[in-house]
Amino acid sequence: MLIKLSGGTVYDPAHSIDGKVMDIYIRNGRIVERPSDDEPISLEYDLSGKVVMAGAIDMHTHIGGGKVNIARMMLPEDHRSDPEAHSEFCRAGCGHAVPSTLTTGYRYAEMGYTAGFEPAMLPVNARQTHLEMADTPIIDKGGYAMLGSDDFLLRMLTAKKDQNAINDYVAWTLHATQAIGIKVVNPGGISAFKFNQRFLDLDENNPYYHVTPRDILKVLSRAVYELGIPKPLHVHGNNLGVPGNVETTLKTMGAAEGYPLHLTHIQFHSYGTEGDRKFSSGAAAIAEALNKHKNISADVGQIMFGQTVTCSGDNMSQHRNAGHSHPRKAVVMDIECDAGCGVVPFKYKDQNFVNALQWAIGLEIFLLSEDPWRMFLTTDHPNGAPFTSYPHLIRLLMDKSFRDDAFGRLNLDAQAMSTLNSITREYSLYEIAIMTRAGAAKLLGLHDRGHLGIGAAADITVYTENTDREKMFSTPDYVFKDGELVVRNGKIVKVTWGSTHTVKPEFDRGIEKDLKKYFDTYHTMNMEHFKVSADEISDGGQGRVVVQECKGRREKTA
Amino acid sequence: MVNPVHPPLQADVPEIALIPTVTCPGCGLLCDDVVIARNDNKLTVRNTDCPKSIAFFEQASALDEVFPRIEGQPAELASAIRKAAEILRHAQQPLIGGLATDVHGMRATLELAEATGATLDHMNSPAVIRNVFAVQNSGWHTCTLTEVRNRADLVLIIGGDITGRFPRFFERIIWNRESMFDQDPASRDILYIGGPDIDTAAGTSPKGIKPTFIPCAIQKLPEVIGALLALVKSKQLPSDMVAGIPLADLQHLATRLASAKYSVIAWAAADLDFPHAELTVHQLAELIGHLNHTTRCSGLPLGGSEGDITANQVSSWISGFPIRNSYKRGYPEYDPYRFSVDHQLNTGEADVLVWISTLDSKRMPPQTTAPTIVIGHPEMQLVNVPKVFIPVGIPGVDHTGIMFRSDSVVALPLRKLRESSLPTLKQVLDGIRAELEK
Repeated sequence: MLIKLSGGTVYDPAHSIDGKVMDIYIRNGRIVERPSDDEPISLEYDLSGKVVMAGAIDMHTHIGGGKVNIARMMLPEDHRSDPEAHSEFCRAGCGHAVPSTLTTGYRYAEMGYTAGFEPAMLPVNARQTHLEMADTPIIDKGGYAMLGSDDFLLRMLTAKKDQNAINDYVAWTLHATQAIGIKVVNPGGISAFKFNQRFLDLDENNPYYHVTPRDILKVLSRAVYELGIPKPLHVHGNNLGVPGNVETTLKTMGAAEGYPLHLTHIQFHSYGTEGDRKFSSGAAAIAEALNKHKNISADVGQIMFGQTVTCSGDNMSQHRNAGHSHPRKAVVMDIECDAGCGVVPFKYKDQNFVNALQWAIGLEIFLLSEDPWRMFLTTDHPNGAPFTSYPHLIRLLMDKSFRDDAFGRLNLDAQAMSTLNSITREYSLYEIAIMTRAGAAKLLGLHDRGHLGIGAAADITVYTENTDREKMFSTPDYVFKDGELVVRNGKIVKVTWGSTHTVKPEFDRGIEKDLKKYFDTYHTMNMEHFKVSADEISDGGQGRVVVQECKGRREKTA
Repeated sequence: MVNPVHPPLQADVPEIALIPTVTCPGCGLLCDDVVIARNDNKLTVRNTDCPKSIAFFEQASALDEVFPRIEGQPAELASAIRKAAEILRHAQQPLIGGLATDVHGMRATLELAEATGATLDHMNSPAVIRNVFAVQNSGWHTCTLTEVRNRADLVLIIGGDITGRFPRFFERIIWNRESMFDQDPASRDILYIGGPDIDTAAGTSPKGIKPTFIPCAIQKLPEVIGALLALVKSKQLPSDMVAGIPLADLQHLATRLASAKYSVIAWAAADLDFPHAELTVHQLAELIGHLNHTTRCSGLPLGGSEGDITANQVSSWISGFPIRNSYKRGYPEYDPYRFSVDHQLNTGEADVLVWISTLDSKRMPPQTTAPTIVIGHPEMQLVNVPKVFIPVGIPGVDHTGIMFRSDSVVALPLRKLRESSLPTLKQVLDGIRAELEK
């Protein structure tokens, strides 16, 4: 079957195509060369006047795993207001802050997204994460395995194991958890909290292991690089939400020592201590540093006003934040000598000084950062806001007068502390396509996604040009997933099941000897049961593991 | 390139076999170190005398005599599935109760519930819901089994003896030989409040140190936990006795909790069998929260037996709500009172009961005049003959599966241990759904 998408205006930054009228051909789920003239076209879509982009990729969205499901369980009041009934194509579920898995897949697709990556997969909870992602239809997915407060790594660091051994452990973890990247959350801090420490700065020792967050960042960023994993180490830094943490974040950029590092939801880590209320924007300093450090990328974690829930692996910070919960409840967990989690419902209010300034700080970072290839559009779903707010966020970035109107409604003290309305920049469609497609795919190492070149997977979104960008990005005319039309006029017309993207770098399996001993001595589960197999993911016919290329292990380091 | 990291989990089982590292769904601990000997489809537990494990693996043997039944008469599987579908087709409001199954069975159950507009409730909900309410109303600090095993210096057990429901709790989690942080597990402080007639022998350390036991009638726990909470918060109480317990004993306990480095407060919600026990769980959560202002303390709500945690997890991600939910309106709704099996049957709101019980042959459907379809354990001896009985494979014995442990974090793979002609629950439910779509 040959499908022709005729005459759409194409934005494909991976090929430097910025609004060019082109035809695209799809065969067997892939974008193919223009066929010979005598080959019959099975189906043609007239896209004249339409905007065509690759399917969007959310590189940081909490869509599966323990903390997300705790949030679902604890917030029936939030879900009640957003039921999703059984329909011709879709199964029932519910939405808002933490949608059910089915509804998550449908709503992402209806917004033109064709992939989402769970950024905080606890290795010991990887099986649950994959089970939930397997029940998330249409979109592709993947997970970043969380390391950095796990006792095995911290013990390796205390024992001064060499980098090669750490690389083997990191690679083993990627295999065992079917992950595509490595994340570190409050490096060492989750462990420190278990020893009753309440803050941990970059150069402060974990009270038991005498290892600093800087040490952890150094070995993990290097391991990711040396194993050839495309996705840079995903870093949720120390001191999330703490006024003055901009200094920690700037130092963290330096701690990478030139290795690639991705600083996630950087908005939550860009706070100064100026002003009467000792809370101010660090956005300018952060953006300047990002512009300078080419090895650093970031996503924003923009907040939006309204009810949501924060789900994080950072139990230390979430315990601290529990007092701000709305409604007043919080779950904080210490997990399996592996990690932790904290789930705290939040309601961000535009008349609250801190919330209003957080909103402005996020937008300032977006607008002051020069390179959209290293800056990604996220709300840290659901922590800053549910992912369904992306079209609104896109309009804020693309439409200065719309943004200024929203700014004008903020808490006045917060307005006085922000430079946002002096920033004239408006993102272009091309830049939006970089942030939400080409850049994300490049960062993750998804060679056949996020672009519209020959051979790419036919994940394609078609919009009607509209100066109201929120409206435009809310309801795509068409979404194709692997060549199949799944959405028409913003509604699901077919349900498919996406793939799970992973990396499987080579490593020395000798590491399993130490791991087995560790599991047998200290754990409550067998090492073999810790591992999630590819068969488990494809079980039931709803999933499929795709192994993305690693550029081969670099030479062992001395 | 290295070899694949994942060897297959027990593909084809030889005739006589010793099978190591088997996961045991006998209780919510899901111990995964069980050695099973298999001889001509008969299973024997080799390396533990855990009564739950033995009861689980050694109860199922006479597979040859197991048939689906319609009105008590043996029937072909296809006929039984057709009959079940016919009953459901005419139901105004089906109720699917029991829900004792693994992840795959629960997924299929939710899909059937959606297709038929059914209401869902688990056989252990009366206990589980005490904890769910606490999460929904206040939240809590909790931890998982490996944290307790390595970190706890004080373990306070509320209500029962734990071992009756989780026989290997002390062996696996408390009296381990080594721990990760230079702590001698044998020196752990063990305390009980509850009973009053419970066997605390398992709480005696390998060194022979007896646990502290504060006997207390279960119904008096709200009073006692309330007093303990007040003392932990340094409040003065105008009495020197609470529910027959000297206040000084509780004060001593409060002091020990405050001075512990990492205390764990454990309870099995099933033991808290008194009205509004959720308020006591809430008090425990507040107590734990308060201790965390200065030191570390975690709750350890023990459950997971008969797949109750599994059902809640799968239901939460697929429907968006934990158990006691319903698809009657075409979208999921949650009502932990109205959607209980008892309420649905007693008020006549439900007119058909589907009872799912694949793990324990002794968990019977409730007495009801509503037409009943039982899909369950092959050894079930049903006293009241249901309209349809369809025996299905036992997860972790007859087919592979996945279940969630007590702590809601660790999901473990279950193995197929013997050849079986029994269909899986998923096959049966998908069959019924296909029949309904005809």
